[in-house]
Amino acid sequence: MTTPEPILDVKGLRTHFFTRQGVVKAVDGVDLRVAKGEVLGLVGESGSGKSITGFSILGLVDPPGRIVDGSVRFKGRELVGAPDEELRSIRGNRIAMIFQDPMMTLNPVLRIDTQMMEAVRAHAAVDKATALARARDALAMTGIASPEQRLKAYPHELSGGMRQRVAIATAFLNDPDLIIADEPTTALDVTIQAQILHEAQQLVRRTGAGLIWITHDLAVISALADRIAVMYAGRIVESGPSADVIGTPQHPYTAGLIGSVPSNNKRGEPLRQIPGMTPSLMNLPKGCAFRNRCAYAAAACASEPPVHEDGRRMVRCVAPLGGGTR
Amino acid sequence: MSRLVTEGPAPAEDKADVPPREETPLARFWSEYRESPLAVAALLLVAVLIVLALVAPYIVPQNPYDLAQVDVLDSRLPPGTKSSNGKYTHWLGTDGAGRDLLSAMLYGLRISLAVGVMSGFIAMALGAAVGLLASYAGGRTEAAIMRLVDLQLSFPAILLALMLIAVLGKGVDKIIIALVTVQWAYYARTVRGTALVEQRKDYVEAARGLGLSHSRIVLKHILPNCLPPLIVVGTVQTAHAISLEATLSFLGVGLPQTEPSLGLLISNGFEYMLSGKYWISFFPGIVLLVTIVVINLVGDRLRDVLNPRLKR
Repeated sequence: MTTPEPILDVKGLRTHFFTRQGVVKAVDGVDLRVAKGEVLGLVGESGSGKSITGFSILGLVDPPGRIVDGSVRFKGRELVGAPDEELRSIRGNRIAMIFQDPMMTLNPVLRIDTQMMEAVRAHAAVDKATALARARDALAMTGIASPEQRLKAYPHELSGGMRQRVAIATAFLNDPDLIIADEPTTALDVTIQAQILHEAQQLVRRTGAGLIWITHDLAVISALADRIAVMYAGRIVESGPSADVIGTPQHPYTAGLIGSVPSNNKRGEPLRQIPGMTPSLMNLPKGCAFRNRCAYAAAACASEPPVHEDGRRMVRCVAPLGGGTR
Repeated sequence: MSRLVTEGPAPAEDKADVPPREETPLARFWSEYRESPLAVAALLLVAVLIVLALVAPYIVPQNPYDLAQVDVLDSRLPPGTKSSNGKYTHWLGTDGAGRDLLSAMLYGLRISLAVGVMSGFIAMALGAAVGLLASYAGGRTEAAIMRLVDLQLSFPAILLALMLIAVLGKGVDKIIIALVTVQWAYYARTVRGTALVEQRKDYVEAARGLGLSHSRIVLKHILPNCLPPLIVVGTVQTAHAISLEATLSFLGVGLPQTEPSLGLLISNGFEYMLSGKYWISFFPGIVLLVTIVVINLVGDRLRDVLNPRLKR
């Protein structure tokens, strides 16, 4: 899909971890574009590099990891190699992050109001009263009951769902242009999950912020995202509008993922799964990383798979599936 | 926030999502602490000792530093004797210089506690700063600092303190410098260990994600989470500092004669022990012993309450 003004344009991003055992290519050539008000679902198994992609965008990769190549352009500014000061002024301000486990992302010894006001005052020269008012408004927006009271609470006094609402409110505090949500509903139970999804979607629509929703759960993302990018072994193997990717997957891996969603299976039959395991990112063989698990693997897969792109969809495969869920 | 206005009613939140308001952390801490009657008694005694030390100048029968009030003729009087001028009753006797022992002890307690607490606080601040720096900076900085800590801890504390005093000379400030030097490493090691665990937690990553500065993350997010073990080590090390100062004073290299701490009082009476004048060393010794034991008891209880691993 050609978008008029991408707020985030990631090209050829490579983040490698230099460990004693060898180089782990966690992210190995990722291209992403997020437009204003767009929700991009970044889907993949554990260890496919999706979280590291998120951290790389914010420049939060710790040694031994390092961005070795590629560019991250945010509203025309290059973030890779930008000075720490500049990145810090963007983090939590223009680009906000929501983390996976709400039990762990709030400081246990500080009250909610302290933590939220801190987030405001780190980026804007406002007095405490203004910061508090902003925190209250943001919290109210997430549909939390009695925000006044919640502000005075310590994290341990809140339930998981409420904490994630606090985290979401904190992310929206400074009216960011882009939000990276790293599996924010994984640690929550299903009823709360649906509410949080709904709130997040509403907030994005209302504020016009772009959203990258990182998840391993296709069922969650298909309802939320405008576009989906499927990640495997550090690369995007397929991307395109949600309905197209879910309806007519072109990459065998995407098809396998969709096939293994429980609701797509017939009752009484064993759940369909993708055979094999995620390959070690240490010594990836040349060619398609998925070929050892792929039902359609051929000799040609041993060489670098070509990228088919038609402006709307992208697939990285020697022989893309014609369509249908096979 | 101008663009972010609430439109329409907020979706209902499930009621089970709102837990009842809990008691404050301090109240919870106290209710757990008081389960040990011994520890409560120890805490009470610590409080009494601190109050006694604070108000010593107002409650002592005689100012032991005022030469006009002290008469050498009254030296080494046994407990309960009246002074030669009939003004005082020396309930605990007098020392070799004719000072009322009760008064001298209260003043000594004041000095011992002040030196212990001051050196404890300075060593804690210094050690915490160094430990946080080590864990947050990592790499070579951390290696250098922690090897220095190892080196420091491999020296016997008393030996190092003696050498320092020999170089620096006598005086309250010198003693504090010596005590801080031998103790900062304990705090540094404790804080660094806790901080290493804390800074791997998600809330630190989240704080970085919010774009907070390094100093803010360290001081406002990591440090408060390192406080429980720091408090425990601080309590035990303060008791240790008091006993170390007493040891130095007993050996005659600690505080000057004009400002006798408990250790010096014990030392003063030591030469009379064999001639039956037990009280000059005995009473300050008891006070020193009780002070150190009760502080350690409080420290042990704090460790039990603050350490989540020992929780039932």
